[in-house]
Amino acid sequence: MLEKSRKGWNIAANIVMCVLSFLALAPFVLLIIASFTDETVAMTQGYSYFPAKFSLAAYDYIVAQWEMLGRGYLMTIIVTVIGTAVGLIMTALLGYMLSEPNLPGRRVLNFYVVFTMLFNGGLVPTYIMYVSTFHVKNTIFGLIVPNLLLSGFLVMLVRNYFENSIPRDLYESARIDGASEIKTFFHVALPLSTPILATVGLMMGIAYWNDWQNGLYYLSDKGKDLYTIQNILNNINENIAFLATNATTGVNLSDLPTATVRMAIAVVGVLPIMIVYPFFQKYFAKGITMGAVKG
Amino acid sequence: MTIKTKPQAAGQTSVKRGPLKTFLHWLPFYLMGLPGLIYLFINNYIPLAGLQIAFKNFSYSKGMWKSPWNNFKNFEFLFKSKDAFIMIRNTILYNVCWIILGMVLGVAAAILINEVIGKVKKKFYMTVILLPYLMSAVIIAYLVFAYLSPTSGLFTNMLKNLMGKAPDFYQETVWWPFILTFVNQWKGIGFGMILYLSSILGIDPSLYEAATLDGATRWQQHRKITIPLLKPTLIMLFILNLGQIFRSDFGLFYQVPMSQGALFPVTQTIDTYVYRALLKTNDVGMSSAASFIQSIVGFIFIVTANKIVSKVDKSSALF
Repeated sequence: MLEKSRKGWNIAANIVMCVLSFLALAPFVLLIIASFTDETVAMTQGYSYFPAKFSLAAYDYIVAQWEMLGRGYLMTIIVTVIGTAVGLIMTALLGYMLSEPNLPGRRVLNFYVVFTMLFNGGLVPTYIMYVSTFHVKNTIFGLIVPNLLLSGFLVMLVRNYFENSIPRDLYESARIDGASEIKTFFHVALPLSTPILATVGLMMGIAYWNDWQNGLYYLSDKGKDLYTIQNILNNINENIAFLATNATTGVNLSDLPTATVRMAIAVVGVLPIMIVYPFFQKYFAKGITMGAVKG
Repeated sequence: MTIKTKPQAAGQTSVKRGPLKTFLHWLPFYLMGLPGLIYLFINNYIPLAGLQIAFKNFSYSKGMWKSPWNNFKNFEFLFKSKDAFIMIRNTILYNVCWIILGMVLGVAAAILINEVIGKVKKKFYMTVILLPYLMSAVIIAYLVFAYLSPTSGLFTNMLKNLMGKAPDFYQETVWWPFILTFVNQWKGIGFGMILYLSSILGIDPSLYEAATLDGATRWQQHRKITIPLLKPTLIMLFILNLGQIFRSDFGLFYQVPMSQGALFPVTQTIDTYVYRALLKTNDVGMSSAASFIQSIVGFIFIVTANKIVSKVDKSSALF
């Protein structure tokens, strides 16, 4: 009887999970199929899971336009790599400093970091400061530095890991052996903290790969050369939106990528994440549960 | 700030060493933390001084400090416009609905995935259902557009074929509370599922074994064990989420409705308003006033939420 109820639950759970999985994947499948659809079919019948005619034209266009898209790709990669590397090092170092229990002023410094999670100046002062004091508009710094480089939340995650998951004796014995602080950090703390660094690095990497807001704020038309893939996609969207409201003026319809090309560019944008993600899923799920401990 | 902390820190010397020696002893640590501390100073602390812009008649040529004060003029203008009410209402209503809905769906999904027998299957479901969470708002806007586009959208064309006509989704407000809610939950359910699953896995298995021996059905076990034991976590998360009630997912509200002005009554939130006023209509005054309110009220909400949480359970609070 009881075994039966367990089996019933298993079946019901499997059905619900299949539905959820289907819902999660269906839009991406449509996106991919749409990018392989023949342009005239897409225009007359709309996007469909079963288009009347397939075509590679959208990808031909992408290959032909590779100068623009390739540059966007390169920018995405540069921004992601530099941002994640620098951010991760800074986060790990700051987390390590805060994890030292006897550090004078530790409470004040801790609060200094936590406070940034509570109170935020908001977009207006941040934007004005970055633009008029640091002149990041239309530079690559505008894509890397604002908001994404380091977050108090991730610093706290790393600090907690250094503090709770690495035995203090290990640090002490390294110091007794005469290792400098820098050495202790690189040879003891870092090798033992690969799980947390992988998790934090992954979160930062995805944040940079997906970021379009910094480009939206800090790149104007003059900075078009610095557009990442996300910015290019956003730009296409804005032009479509502009066309819809101002049908007569402004953007020329022929400047816009066609219905299928748009989808193909989007596919090019998500593909790397979809390919890499399953291998890192473990770390990502871990990050979510660790975040659960603290809000 | 960073420079100040050092002498301060060295001031709290231990008994054994002299101040200078203590300082030198800890210097490597401070130097390690310094880049991060400087970054936070620039990115998070300097803008706090910029909050005064909300009370000024700001112009880029005069800059933050030299622009003349105009007291509460910016706020007066903001609250005289219809925008203030709409954006605050939208921000709060969407947040409250989504917090509650997200919890209900997340817990349900977590309980169900825990019932799936087989590790590989579980892992597969988790991986797939979490996927939307990793997508940028721009990509999500493309996905939604593929279904709802007035010319080539899948749903639009299906409706046209079935009923002869279809609504122009990007021009009609009625649909958007539902569309945005669906997209938000679609994106977040995997996150919620994993979050609550970790709490469920933390429940002592012997409780379930005992209940099984007593003849309780699985349904009864969840009602009498799982839900009650999750309750403290849920209440905690609920309060912490309420602390964020003045913040909204800028990407979702900005990208997914494709910035259509006709939809603003149901898609404008504080974040989208601040952005549009600052960079699209160049109204720094209104923008900074809205941004100021968001910062201050948001801060009060977060601190209050944390105070409540730390009273009940110290380890769940942020500080």
